[in-house]
Amino acid sequence: MQSTNVISPDSAFLAAVASRSDQPISLCYQCRKCTNGCPLTFAMDIMPNQVMRMIELGMRDELLRSKTIWVCASCQTCSTRCPNDIDIAHLMDSLRQLSRESGNVAEPKILKFHEAFLASIRCHGRTFELGMVARYKLSTLDLFSDLAVSLEMFKRGKIGFLPDRIKGRRVVRRMFGKRRRGTR
Amino acid sequence: MKVSYYPGCSLHGMAVEYDESIRSVCNAIDVDLVELADWNCCGASSAHFIDDELAVRLPARNMLIAEREGRELLVPCPGCFQGLKHADKELKKAPSRWTDESYEGRAPVSHVSEFFHRRELLEKIIQEVTKPLTGVAAVAYHGCASQRPPKLTDAESPENPITMEELLRAIGIEVRPWSYKTDCCGASLTLTRLDIIHKLSGDLFDAAVEAGAECMVTDCPMCQSNLDTRQTEIEALRGTPYGLPVFYITELLAMALGEEKPDRWWKKHFVDPVPLFRNKDLM
Repeated sequence: MQSTNVISPDSAFLAAVASRSDQPISLCYQCRKCTNGCPLTFAMDIMPNQVMRMIELGMRDELLRSKTIWVCASCQTCSTRCPNDIDIAHLMDSLRQLSRESGNVAEPKILKFHEAFLASIRCHGRTFELGMVARYKLSTLDLFSDLAVSLEMFKRGKIGFLPDRIKGRRVVRRMFGKRRRGTR
Repeated sequence: MKVSYYPGCSLHGMAVEYDESIRSVCNAIDVDLVELADWNCCGASSAHFIDDELAVRLPARNMLIAEREGRELLVPCPGCFQGLKHADKELKKAPSRWTDESYEGRAPVSHVSEFFHRRELLEKIIQEVTKPLTGVAAVAYHGCASQRPPKLTDAESPENPITMEELLRAIGIEVRPWSYKTDCCGASLTLTRLDIIHKLSGDLFDAAVEAGAECMVTDCPMCQSNLDTRQTEIEALRGTPYGLPVFYITELLAMALGEEKPDRWWKKHFVDPVPLFRNKDLM
């Protein structure tokens, strides 16, 4: 007997994504303009138009542990071209946030990079490139990749050794406190 | 003409030559830049990954400072530009959600190419050119965030911008047509998924060479850094010697407007632009 993969639609997930993203997800009529214009599809496990349908079907786990939501580079081509004015790139943000909260992240290095970036802002009010990269490298234990490029950057004076700290950094730090779920 | 200036973190770090060349161009055409007081990072490509609120609050603080200063705000980095435009729109929509201050939007946000392309400034540039860069063939590479999404950026022609192209023609450069001017180079993944960079940026190099370009010109510090620093390894992977210098539009504008010491910028480039200039008798 042929086996069938049965999906029981779960509208709770659609409602959760819709409320977080404020996007009219159900307007999607699968024209695939998003997927056809997306430059990252070669690195994705679920195509952008499939993401739209899977949100509607409530396929929460498949989406939140997908690579797609993390390799999306936020280039906004999909959002620019969607005939129904759905901000698909912003939906990817919402899915990444939900994935982070679920603790099941398919591309942990990408998440750690953005966490290191925000930690730098939280600390100094501005990004301190050297500190941010050091934090990222330590958190991923990916210490030796890009050594040649880094040395070349030092040689060319493209990397500053001291952070640029702003006076209003306490105000900036408080912005991080106002959040649903904090970044470290 | 006096404008507020938000350099952003990159221009105080890796992209210092972008900052210096913007100042040089402004100096040559009498634009007075006033750096925004105590500006903070806009959150760039990271804040919206993790927290939508933070992605507004960080740039909103800068927009409130700009509002108090009450002048147009020039923003060279497309990532910052997009974030600040987003905050400007959210502040206009519901100011009380973000601040106790009043907000009318007295500091319109402009990005570099669109700013210098404005009629009176473009005319001034044409007037002040002392050293046209004749004979150099280039492709203009706009990338993503200065154009998309048009709802935020207010870009006039997000699929086919022409601002940088017209600026380059004004200083004597031959602009080669190509269809990759707003394709993504992948820069935000440069530390995390190098394989993706190699594909996206490699395709851009192939297309630039096919278009007959001898160099690429951009107005984005992430794109410049990515295309410049990753080019050698992509050459090795694809077995193609591209040798394409990647310029900031303002480096070339400044050079054409008579900047005396552009050499200090060329030393910052991984792909050395000096042979190209020598070849064209521009050095």
